[in-house]
Formats: sequence, structure tokens, C-alpha cells
Amino acid sequence: MAAQNLPLAKALNESLRKALETDPKVVLMGEDIGKLGGVFRITDGLQKDFGEERVIDTPLAESGIVGTAIGLALRGYRPVVEIQFDGFVFPAYDQIVTQLAKMHARALGKIKMPVVIRIPYGGGIGAVEHHSESPEALFAHVPGLKVVSPSNSSDAYWMLQQAIQSDDPVIFFEPKRRYWDKGEVDTEAFPGPLHKARTVREGTDLTLVAYGPMVKVCVEAAAAAAEEGKSIEVLDLRSMSPIDFDAIQASVEKTRRLVVVHEAPVFYGSGAEIAARITERCFYHLESPVLRVGGFHAPYPPARLEEEYLPGLDRVLDAVDRSLAY
Amino acid sequence: MTVESTAARKPRRTSGSKRASATTATAKKAAKAGAQNVTPEQVQLLTPEGKRVEHPDYSIDLSPEELRGLYRDMVLTRRFDAEGTTLQRQGELGLWASLLGQEAAQIGSGRATREDDYVFPTYREHGVAWTRGVDPVNLLGMFRGVNHGGWDPNSNNFHLYTIVIGSQTLHATGYAMGVAKDGADSAVIAYFGDGASSQGDVMEAFNFGAVYNAPVVFFCQNNQWAISEPTEKQMRVPLYQRAQGFGFPGVRVDGNDVLACLAVTKAALERARRGEGPTLIEAFTYRMAAHTTTDDPTRYRQDEEREAWEAKDPILRLRTYLEAEGLADEAFFQELEEEGEKLGKHVREAVRAMPDPDVMAIFENVYADGSALVDEERAQFAAYQASFSTVSDSGSAAGEAK
Repeated sequence: MAAQNLPLAKALNESLRKALETDPKVVLMGEDIGKLGGVFRITDGLQKDFGEERVIDTPLAESGIVGTAIGLALRGYRPVVEIQFDGFVFPAYDQIVTQLAKMHARALGKIKMPVVIRIPYGGGIGAVEHHSESPEALFAHVPGLKVVSPSNSSDAYWMLQQAIQSDDPVIFFEPKRRYWDKGEVDTEAFPGPLHKARTVREGTDLTLVAYGPMVKVCVEAAAAAAEEGKSIEVLDLRSMSPIDFDAIQASVEKTRRLVVVHEAPVFYGSGAEIAARITERCFYHLESPVLRVGGFHAPYPPARLEEEYLPGLDRVLDAVDRSLAY
Repeated sequence: MTVESTAARKPRRTSGSKRASATTATAKKAAKAGAQNVTPEQVQLLTPEGKRVEHPDYSIDLSPEELRGLYRDMVLTRRFDAEGTTLQRQGELGLWASLLGQEAAQIGSGRATREDDYVFPTYREHGVAWTRGVDPVNLLGMFRGVNHGGWDPNSNNFHLYTIVIGSQTLHATGYAMGVAKDGADSAVIAYFGDGASSQGDVMEAFNFGAVYNAPVVFFCQNNQWAISEPTEKQMRVPLYQRAQGFGFPGVRVDGNDVLACLAVTKAALERARRGEGPTLIEAFTYRMAAHTTTDDPTRYRQDEEREAWEAKDPILRLRTYLEAEGLADEAFFQELEEEGEKLGKHVREAVRAMPDPDVMAIFENVYADGSALVDEERAQFAAYQASFSTVSDSGSAAGEAK
């Protein structure tokens, strides 16, 4: 298999298959990931091919899943855990924050925690409560965790490979509303480093920074702005912890304007971190304040309102206009 | 081997001390008959008076040397523990969690483990650490505030102390799942307290252990008090009986009887090795000291309770037995006294010599693979630190990396 056109979900499935084939220490754990193949079918067919010892259906207990994954990692395994939905990760939050993130430091580096926690996240699929959230900032704030999110099929395949190979715990946020988007995946091409941002579209007037589900919206916004003669650069951050500030800085030094877009609430979100650091780094380059577009300081709304809540083309373009107006 | 009471129990309002009466033939009969059982049967092989008794399910035959070894372990562990308390009072340690009174539970269970078994402790398992050959000085680093653990868990198959209550029971279960996957015949033991039994993680560990038939032994030291909360505020059903609901055996053992703790834990570990899954052991014991050195037990418990438990002292009862049976002479006790002095001196000196970590250690071991963010903050802080020792010609503000 070399280059293929795959939906993002299938790219993840192929990536997990490759990891299971390559390293006998890789085990998958989660609710319904066996015969059902996961509620989004990301693990489809894997238990059939690798057995119940490698693809483990677990009791419905998120803390138990992550806590036992930590024990398996201590025994030399590389567990890849599936949390069914974003809002269900919180019963495991204690294990992730107080144990998984700190074990390496607590042992002065003598043990490693190669655990990946896959979380389908974000809105846009008309789900009920707790199925549409974007809690990435809550994890990125925790030292010891790495937090990433692919936006396309190729990154989904390769970033998951890299996350599994990492000796650090990685929270792997999967943009669930992009699961069915197709894209080219070259399974032999050498991937870029996990934590490097990617320039999706070159531009000179303003930089849009996004990750995960919002990259597509930003690319569409840039295309729409181009029709009005505006040249917008789009960066796909790929990693929320650490953040490739060098890439953002280089782009902002060129365009002099920055808008950060994410689904999560703006307040205390990753956009705040980016705005603060880039203001420090690029104060004399900036022509306008760094603007943020994202969710509100309110619970994720019922599905009938989510199109208003989620940043769409118009809200992104409005921020672009406000930035350019300075 | 399951020892359980089928009788429904009323909520208890009496103090913990009244619950620990020795096993009697009557109680055994009552439990077996399923009659109202006021004192759950507990395995005991050595009475508080130092008399050997037999138990139908747990026999143990130790050589005089092995018996003296258990005594030595308990005495030295108590000595080490006393040094911990003293060093805290002298300001050498920020905190100390004493195990006073729990020596038999820890030494008995710890000595039941095999070298290739793996131990997941709380933060009070100094005696278990001793049985695993962990240098006791290693245990003091976190209490002195120079690290958060620091030892290599794989050196002695003794995991780091875990402070969040009950978390480690899940780590132990996951580790045991890995042992089973590897086809190894070693076993895993997870320590926790009566307070931790109220935590969801412990329930989840029981369930995962049962579902995956993991070779894990859950060893609860029920020391009657979760800081100021008595067991009556934690549970309505005797702890060991919970195992039944998860599908594995539970047994209550006299936690102040080192022989019983050894025998019961050994049986449970062997059961795990045979692939028969988890066991819950409730070691019924008593925390003689405070929860930690910041705690004041006089605010919540009576002197009489402690006095009642002092009569069941684990060290005293084994000494009585050794002396009565002529298994140890005066020279042995004298030598042990001297050994304790030496241990105390070693610990005191080692703690005082323990250096503060280098300030840049803050940035070490955050990530195994490194992180650009940590690198950036490390460089900024190093520059800030350096600004105090060099004369700046530029007058630039301290702390700026660029």
C-alpha cells in the first residue's frame, strides 16, 4: 500500500492496523471497540484480525480503562485507549492528570508512559449533550501530556503512528465531523515531526491558525476572502501541546495579522495562549490585535443551535475583516 | 477459602476496637450456619497473648530462623518509622506518614511476595518496601521534599508511592493484565486503606481484575480510621465481603498477626499465579499513630481505643511467642536492638546529607521525548538565574530570553 484516497476514519483504522502489526506490545482498549469496531468504526475488523488479547473490549469505566492502561504501560505495553466521546473523558481525568501525566517525572525519568488516548471530539454531527465538546485546553494545560489533533487523512494516519511510538502520553483528539472526509494518504512517505505546524495555504495579508475540524473552515474562509482580493495564509497547528510558535511567528512576521479559530470556548482557550505568546514575540510586527473566534462561555448548546455556536465561514470572515480594518 | 458472613449487618455505632474480637469457635459456627454474625470471622494464627492457633484453611510452618526474621523485620520497620516521625519533628522532613501498629500486616504480606511479583503501595508501605529490599532512605525523599518518589520502580518491583487515594489499584490491575498476557506466573499486589475502599477507582479495579481474571491481590489495611473518619462513616458492609459481589474471594485476616498475614497473602498470591484471579484481603488492624504528622487524633478518637489495640501489638505478641517457645535468646534481642540503633543512625545521617535538587531539575523529566515548550521555559529561566551572577552591560530586563 502506498498512496490511497481514504476517509479520515479509515486512515485511523489503517494506522492502528499498522501499529498492531509492527509492534506486538501495542494493545487497543476501549468500550465497544471489538466486535462493533467502535461507535465510529475506527477499530473495525481489528479484533477479528488481532484477537481479544490485542483489541480489548473493556467494562464501561473510563477511569478503569486509563488506570489499567497505565499499569499495562508499566509492564512494557503500549496501550492505545479509545474514549467513546469527548464529554466522557472526565471520569478518567483524574487518572490522566494525576497519574499518567506525572509518572515519568515522579520516577525521575526512570519509567516511561507510552499511552495514547484517542478522543473523538467537537461538534457538528447533531449529537446530544456530552457528545460535541472540545476539551483540548484542559489537557494542554497539564505538563507531561502531549495534545494533538489531525485535520486530514494523511495526518490522521501518520500522527497516530507517531503518537503510538512516542514514549510520552499523547491525547489524540480526532475531529469526529471530519471522519468521513476523504484525503490522500501515502503510507510510505516520510512524515514531518509530530509537533510541527503545516502551512495549508500561503498568503500575505493575514494568518489564520486552526487545528482539527476548524482547518477546513479556515481554508474555505481563505478561498472566499481571495475572491475579495484578500490573501490569507492558513496554518494547521496539528499540535496543541507543545505549540509550534516558531511557525506562527514566521507567518505573522510576514502577514502582520493573526486570527486564531477553534471550536472550544474562547475564554482560557488555546487561542488565548497563542495570542499572548505571539503578542510577546511579534509585538512590533503586528498591525492589529490578535483576534480569536471560537465557542462561547456557555455549555455546548443543543444540536439545533450548534451551527450558531460553532465558528463557521461567516464568523471567521468577520474576524478577518475586523483585523484588516485596524 | 472464602470466609464470609452472610448475615445482614446493621450500621455500627460502636468504635472500631469493639469489632476486632478474636475468632472463636462459636463465631465460626455462626458464620457457617449463616446466622446473625456480630464479629466476622478473621484468620488468626497467633493470638494477642502470643499463642499459636491453627486455622483449617491456612496452615504455616516456619523455621525458628524465619520466625526471628519476621520479628526482626517488624522491629526494624518500627524503628525506621519512629525515625521518620522524629526527623519530621526536627524539621528534616516536611511530613511523615507513620505505619505504627501496621507492621504485621505489611511484613507478613510483603514477605509473602516473590522477587518477580510486583507491588503497588500507597504512601505508608514502609514495611512492605523493607521486605522488597528498597533502601529505606529512598522513601524519605518525597517526605523531605526533594522529589516526588524518585526511585526506579523496576529495581525492586516496588512501584512509587501513590498519594491520590486508590489510583494505584488500577495500575496494579493493568500491570497484572500484562503479566497474564506475557504468560508469566508472577503476581501483583495492590495496597490500599479502608478510606480508599470508598473510591470509585478501587471498585473499578475490583471489576477489571475479575473480568480479566488478572493475577492481582487487593490488600486492604483496614486501620479503622481514614484521617478522622471511622470505618462506620465509610461502609455498611464489612470490607472483605465486597469481593463476593465482584466474583472473587474475600478474606479478613487479623492484621496484627504477622503469621496469619503471611499465610493468607501467600495463598492469595499462589491462587493468582495459578490463573484463578484476584483475592481481596482485609487486614484488620489499627493505626496507632496519627494519619500523618499534621494530623491530631486526639480531636476524634479516645485513648481507650488505642489502649485496647496496644494489647494486640503485633511485635509484642510475636516476642511473647518466641520467648515462650525458646525460639530466640537474649543475645538475639540485644543484637536486634543494636541493629536498630545502627539503622536509625544511618537514616538520620542519610537524610541530613540529602542534597536539595538543582533548581533546573524543575524542567527535567517532564517529557520522555522532550518538549519545545519546556526547552523554551528552561532557557528563559536559566537566563534569569544567570542574570544574578553576571554584570549586565546592556541593562536589559532579566528574564528575557530573546
